Amino acid sequence: MENFITRRRRKELIVAGLLLAVAVFAPMAIRDVTALNVIILSLLFAGLAQAWNIIGGYCGQISLGHAVYFGMGSYVSTLLYVQAGLPPSAGIFIGGAVGGLAALLVGWPCFRLSGHYYAIATVVVGEIGYLLFLNWDYVGGATGVYIPIAKPSLINLQFGKDKLPYLHLVLAFVAATWLAAWLIEGSRWGYAWRAVKDDVVAARSLGVNIFASKMAASAISGFFTGLGGAIYGLYVGYIDPDSVMAGHFSILIALPTVLGGVGTLWGPILGAALLIPLKELSSSYLGGSGRGVDLMLYGAMIIVVALARPQGLVSLFGGRKHGAP
Amino acid sequence: MALLEIDNVSKSFGGVAANVEISFAVEAGEILGLIGPNGAGKTSLFNSIAGEVTPDSGEIRLDGQRISGLGPVACAERGIARTFQVVRSFDSMTVLENVMVGAFSRNARPQAAMRAAQETLEFCGLHGKADRPAWSLSPPEKRRLEMARALATQPRILLLDEMLTGLTPTEAQGGVELVRAVQRQGITVIMVEHVMEVVLPLVSRAVVLNLGRVLTIGAPAEIVRNPEVIRAYLGDRYAAD
Amino acid sequence: MTLETVLQVAAGGLLMGLIYALVAAGLSLIFGLMDVVNFAHGELMMLAMYAVFVIWQASGLDPMLQLPIVAAMLFLGGMAIYRGMIARALGVQFNRGMVQIFVTFGLAIFIRGAAQFVWGGEFRSVTNTWLSDRSLNLAGVYFPLPQLAAAAVCLAAFAGLLLISRTEFGKALEATREDREAVALIGIDRDRIFALGWGLGAGAVGIAGVMLAGFYYVGPNVGASFALIAYVTVALGGFGSMGGALVAGLLIGEVEAFTAVVLEPSLKQIGVFGVYLLVLMFRPRGLFGKL
Repeated sequence: MENFITRRRRKELIVAGLLLAVAVFAPMAIRDVTALNVIILSLLFAGLAQAWNIIGGYCGQISLGHAVYFGMGSYVSTLLYVQAGLPPSAGIFIGGAVGGLAALLVGWPCFRLSGHYYAIATVVVGEIGYLLFLNWDYVGGATGVYIPIAKPSLINLQFGKDKLPYLHLVLAFVAATWLAAWLIEGSRWGYAWRAVKDDVVAARSLGVNIFASKMAASAISGFFTGLGGAIYGLYVGYIDPDSVMAGHFSILIALPTVLGGVGTLWGPILGAALLIPLKELSSSYLGGSGRGVDLMLYGAMIIVVALARPQGLVSLFGGRKHGAP
Repeated sequence: MALLEIDNVSKSFGGVAANVEISFAVEAGEILGLIGPNGAGKTSLFNSIAGEVTPDSGEIRLDGQRISGLGPVACAERGIARTFQVVRSFDSMTVLENVMVGAFSRNARPQAAMRAAQETLEFCGLHGKADRPAWSLSPPEKRRLEMARALATQPRILLLDEMLTGLTPTEAQGGVELVRAVQRQGITVIMVEHVMEVVLPLVSRAVVLNLGRVLTIGAPAEIVRNPEVIRAYLGDRYAAD
Repeated sequence: MTLETVLQVAAGGLLMGLIYALVAAGLSLIFGLMDVVNFAHGELMMLAMYAVFVIWQASGLDPMLQLPIVAAMLFLGGMAIYRGMIARALGVQFNRGMVQIFVTFGLAIFIRGAAQFVWGGEFRSVTNTWLSDRSLNLAGVYFPLPQLAAAAVCLAAFAGLLLISRTEFGKALEATREDREAVALIGIDRDRIFALGWGLGAGAVGIAGVMLAGFYYVGPNVGASFALIAYVTVALGGFGSMGGALVAGLLIGEVEAFTAVVLEPSLKQIGVFGVYLLVLMFRPRGLFGKL
């Protein structure tokens, strides 16, 4: 049946396909390692932000503890490789699965809470995860874990000094999260979750199971966050609680979506494309000499965007007018 | 056997009795009015029927099966749908998407849910507004949207909470016609209204609540002549001044 | 553990708990009034601590004497934050809940960056105050005077907040909390009440900061760890409940003190978080939260 929704969804898919094609080939022209690094990080956070969008944007549950799933994913995949010799090409998916499982475990007590109570509970869960890993000797405690450098290969997802394969790896990650969000938007779940976000009482009066909706959204979000964490660990080659589980990671995962537009397909990508380069550039140019100026800029930008464009920067493009509030 | 039986239902909130030993039955296919002055316990009883709250004692049965205490999701699955006194639209979605949330409860596939939702919108006279964001509707349109959303769950019983209150006479007339059309589809309707004049011409019977208890049950003509009802309402108006 | 150790640990927990309670009270006041969680609350405390340090360095004025000055500064700062940002955040049409959270988060990051810019990343501390290195010995239990004074001042400030809630202004606060639309009708300026609420909330955390500066280091990240405890305290006590903040603050002080001894100091917060999650399993709105 031809109507507004089907037309819009087809258009979104075509635009995404075109963008993906450009994103696969365009970076081949870039030789600058710093630039490639910024692009890789931006893409990674676009995917992570999309993962957060699934629970925070579509289902409306503001999680501020996603660093736990991120960290779990990277620890599980890394330790499976280091301790058991499991190739990361398989390990990253197990890392993702553990992230999803962790999200279910966290959701079980936390989804009894709503609103600010839920948000604060997730901050606490994040902090507990961080403290546990910091004090857990088997996972390297505060020292962390190095990923041994292996010969570049697809099975080990190691590519030595060549950045381009990593870029394509995170691009695949972004594409997967985007596709997941697109599929969710059109499915029964997506409708139920958005109803949960807008009005819990009305949603359950229409037969929507609130707890199950939140749990399902949380599990999918946790899976992709863990997957992203595993990929991040491979990319940086070294993980410790401060680099993969600290509380500010939770904010950094949520922020691109909030700035770009919650509950929209393009908001997380747009947000990450602006936020991450700005953050990387300001900390490399201002972080050393300016001491704190980068944080001030970053904080000020959050305040200004949140107040001036509460529906997210994506609304500037007028793409999804209906997704406004 | 009656379709819906309210059997000796009591409910209090923080020591304040909202419903006291309420009993009545609803026959399949009728439009039943639930009226009474402010604070009579109408909405509280509605919430019990819809599963939003659990009665402290007593039972509510649908087709002889207990539904009280099962929760709103189970009640919706068994065929009870409702609207709300204060409109609750899903404001981040379009009108059609709002109704699709309801339609998904009977259609797992998105295309089927969309078709069902479109038909329901047409039935409720909102098909021209399908792609508008829900927040942009006027208050009377939002009431229709809530009704469409509820109807999309293909209910056996539709609970309407003050859907005619605050409408202009023309809008109210449209609402009345819509309720009649719903009844013709074989759906049993229970309407909560605060203002008697609005609802009495529409219903086959009315239950009058006062101070949490059933004051009387009867046909509209009997209700308007009942001295107790008149006293309850006049008292209410008097107190309001 | 000997009885003496138990008492000593309990005393330490009590003193810390009262500080937590006051930090949480400010947060709770603001939340109760307008459903906003101030995620920059810890950073306001940090600013108060730096203010003490700066004034002390410049003039040698003892922290105790600075109390009214810094509290007043924070009071004005809180009002300014409300007028400049929060009033706007309350007025947005879309995603109000999310905007409120992230605006105060942005403020927290901004203040942290500013502190780093102005004072650098290293830890500072105020030394040689009137109370430094003195302590009270009560039946073998040792109370360091700076902590004792901090606890006493926090308790007094807490009592002050309760007293304020009994005055005309307090009644206006209560009315604003109960029914936001109706108060406009009876001539209460909602915006002014909210601004004063922010002033009081910030002032309360400012007092806690001043007293804390008497014995605790100051650094750009000091606020973050205290704020986390404060959020937990408020959620545990029940958002908007002052009594809840006091009880939860004391409980958390004790749990933290005993976890540090029984397990190890680096895990002291685990005990706190564990108790918090456990309580929320059974009382999702905290010990004294309205359902």
